[in-house]
Amino acid sequence: MSSAAAPQVLIAGNPNCGKSTLFNALSGGSAHVGNYPGVTVDRTSASLHLGTEKIELVDLPGMYSLTASSPEEQLAVDALTESNTRAVVCVVDATTLERGLYLPLQLIESGVPVVVALNMMDATARIGLRIDTERLSELFASPVIPVVATKRRGLDALLSALETQLEPSSEISTLQVGYPAALEADIAALAPAVARWRPKMPTGQHRVFALWCLLSLGEDSLRGVPDEVRQAAGNIRRAAAERGRNLDLEIVSSRYDWLDRAVAETCSVRGPSPSWSERIDRVLTHPIAGISIFAVVMFGIFEALFAGAEPLIGAIETLTGFMQAQAATILPPGVLQDLVVEGIIAGVGNVIVFAPQILMLFLFIGFLEDSGYLARVAFVIDRVMKGVGLHGKAFVPLLSGFACAVPAVMATRTIERRRDRLVTMLALPLMSCSARLPVYILVVGTVFAGRSLGWFSAGAVALFSMYTLSVLVTLAAAAVLKRTVLPGPAPTFVLEMPPYRWPSAAILWINAWRRLRIFLIDAGTIILAMTILLWALLSFPKSAEISEHYAAERAQVLQSASSETTKSEALQSLDAREAGEQLAHSLGGRFGHAIEPVLRPIGFDWQIGVGIIGAFAAREVFISTLGVVFGIGEADEESRPLRQALRDARHADGSPVMTPLSGVSLMIFFLLACQCMSTIAVVKKESGSWKWPVFLFSYMTLLAYLASLAVYQGGQLLGYG
Amino acid sequence: MNRSLLDLPLGQHAEIASIDCERRLSRRLMEMGLLPGTRVRVVRVAPLGDPIELRVRNYSLSVRRAEAAKIAVRPEGTV
Ligand SMILES: Nc1nc2c(ncn2[C@@H]2O[C@H](COP(=O)(O)OP(=O)(O)OP(=O)(O)O)[C@@H](O)[C@H]2O)c(=O)[nH]1
Repeated sequence: MSSAAAPQVLIAGNPNCGKSTLFNALSGGSAHVGNYPGVTVDRTSASLHLGTEKIELVDLPGMYSLTASSPEEQLAVDALTESNTRAVVCVVDATTLERGLYLPLQLIESGVPVVVALNMMDATARIGLRIDTERLSELFASPVIPVVATKRRGLDALLSALETQLEPSSEISTLQVGYPAALEADIAALAPAVARWRPKMPTGQHRVFALWCLLSLGEDSLRGVPDEVRQAAGNIRRAAAERGRNLDLEIVSSRYDWLDRAVAETCSVRGPSPSWSERIDRVLTHPIAGISIFAVVMFGIFEALFAGAEPLIGAIETLTGFMQAQAATILPPGVLQDLVVEGIIAGVGNVIVFAPQILMLFLFIGFLEDSGYLARVAFVIDRVMKGVGLHGKAFVPLLSGFACAVPAVMATRTIERRRDRLVTMLALPLMSCSARLPVYILVVGTVFAGRSLGWFSAGAVALFSMYTLSVLVTLAAAAVLKRTVLPGPAPTFVLEMPPYRWPSAAILWINAWRRLRIFLIDAGTIILAMTILLWALLSFPKSAEISEHYAAERAQVLQSASSETTKSEALQSLDAREAGEQLAHSLGGRFGHAIEPVLRPIGFDWQIGVGIIGAFAAREVFISTLGVVFGIGEADEESRPLRQALRDARHADGSPVMTPLSGVSLMIFFLLACQCMSTIAVVKKESGSWKWPVFLFSYMTLLAYLASLAVYQGGQLLGYG
Repeated sequence: MNRSLLDLPLGQHAEIASIDCERRLSRRLMEMGLLPGTRVRVVRVAPLGDPIELRVRNYSLSVRRAEAAKIAVRPEGTV
């Protein structure tokens, strides 16, 4: 599938075996991140000079076996059968080789040249494990090289073994697992169909591939498997089942029988596992201590995203403002200036403003993952998540959704199965993120100021209700999505609990930085484009009439005899009013007017409608857009003139627009609606198609409208408002 | 006398007798080294009662109770 036929070497390994560490050690951190065709799985690669040859080193996703039932799992086999794949480096965690050797066994069986990198050799001494790597090499008919990826030990030996394996003369490995005769007959029966499917494959490999089909096919969603192979495999499986045979069990246990003998021959009996990891676990998964620590860690992450990122975000916003001011002085006033200031610079600002939270969240997640604690987080909280059909690993992304959906959507990567990832990704934008808070504050300050409900201020009750509601709606949405749009078996929870390890800071940085770069490039371009589009929508067409009218008024002010300060105040107010009128005249403004009949039943008028359109850039932009609509100029959520203008706003029949009831309706609308193009952009990037962001936007907007409608109409029936 | 992993007292070793989850999951567990005859013990139960953590082939694995109930075990060395 790869276009250039540069020879490639794959790196494979179980999750957590130190594969990324080794990849980075070999590539010096100079990796290129792309996508595997057709699936949204990162394809990390780097070029490497081996002797005189330049090869591409490709990091495969972590896996326990080559057996596949989904396109995501299939990509490893696809990569393996690509014609330019020359060898595989299989990383094995030496401390878990009783299971970890299963993958290299499968790889070597497939006939591709393999070098086994036996990693974590520093940890084997601690558990009293001695491994005869030479004998292991003989048994596996492939080089087995002890390495310590974190300390870059054994890399030279690894590379020279790889170089030898790449030589065309090197012999194909002769490893024979020894399957039962009945199974061999089944394999032989399927091989001809496989041979017709893959005519270019060497004959010896048809057998191995037939074995792979027997184990993988059936209830799968694999792509490109011909019906002939499917049917043949199905028939063989059925015939075997009728005779009481379980083919899966036969295949896997034959391999493990072979492995168990190899391990018994090459590994010393080990001592008890290190007691400190066990002791840490006793605390971290303890009913009281464990849950308390869990709460503290989660709160720490939340606080960092919510408050810790604030100064950095502020700095980026200040910088953006500064750049805008600079551009405004350099460029002559006019459309070009507006485009640069309000379209391009604002758009770039809209993108990099996410950088602090993305970096922080991925540093945290990287730390949790590499230290082994993330698996415990999932272990502790899975019971709760299971209730709504989610995986324990969905917890951290959901929680991060309170801060910002953009990094949170990116964080769903830790969830293995695509369906479970999608459900999480589509539900978490309902969490009340920090961009909604300014909107709540504006509304609360406008309609609830000074009111109280019993002991509490009405505003506090309203805010608290919004957050509670957001959690409930998110969980409900996940449960519903799981049952309707993305049905599938409840996520299984088969999760390895790796021993605790201290993560390397360099790797954490490299990975977080890589994530950020992908976001900036892929989602960033979409966000920039949408910002410019939105700017155009709210700026054009311009009315010459309005401009002339205000030009005349300005001239009058300038000619009047009042003091300089009064003049400049009057001019400012004229500017603000002109901006407001021009906005009303623009496409966006007209659209706001056009949808007023739809907004009226939920208690909004056209001005709020325009605000909602502007808020698509980001929810808090609602406020500055309203500032313009009301002709006030710059405004934030604490702005008194804006609150006053909102309180004074009247519907055509003279009734006030903003009442406590329409305020609640507005807050609920903002809570539930997908008023955030950055979320759309990042969901597009992470789900791999426009289908899911479009669905997300539609269902959230519909939900928001219906909920606001129910609240507003219901409230009126009950006599509020 | 069909005992599952759930009936096994914490810390006590046993041998896996059979795995009867749906095919994909059974296959996954088998490929992770849980096979008839493999030595296993339950290390701990999560604070909220589910999932549970197993120790098998010198590594730790957690599975939900619903799945553990379908993994039958027998006392060691009783084949
Ligand atoms: N002691 C020791 N620790 C290591 C070694 N190699 C990696 N580690 C640690 O093991 C943990 C996992 O390493 P990663 O490189 O992230 O593992 P991975 O296989 O890429 O894991 P996934 O990204 O989940 O697939 C990290 O905390 C590493 O610091 C090693 O040789 N010795």
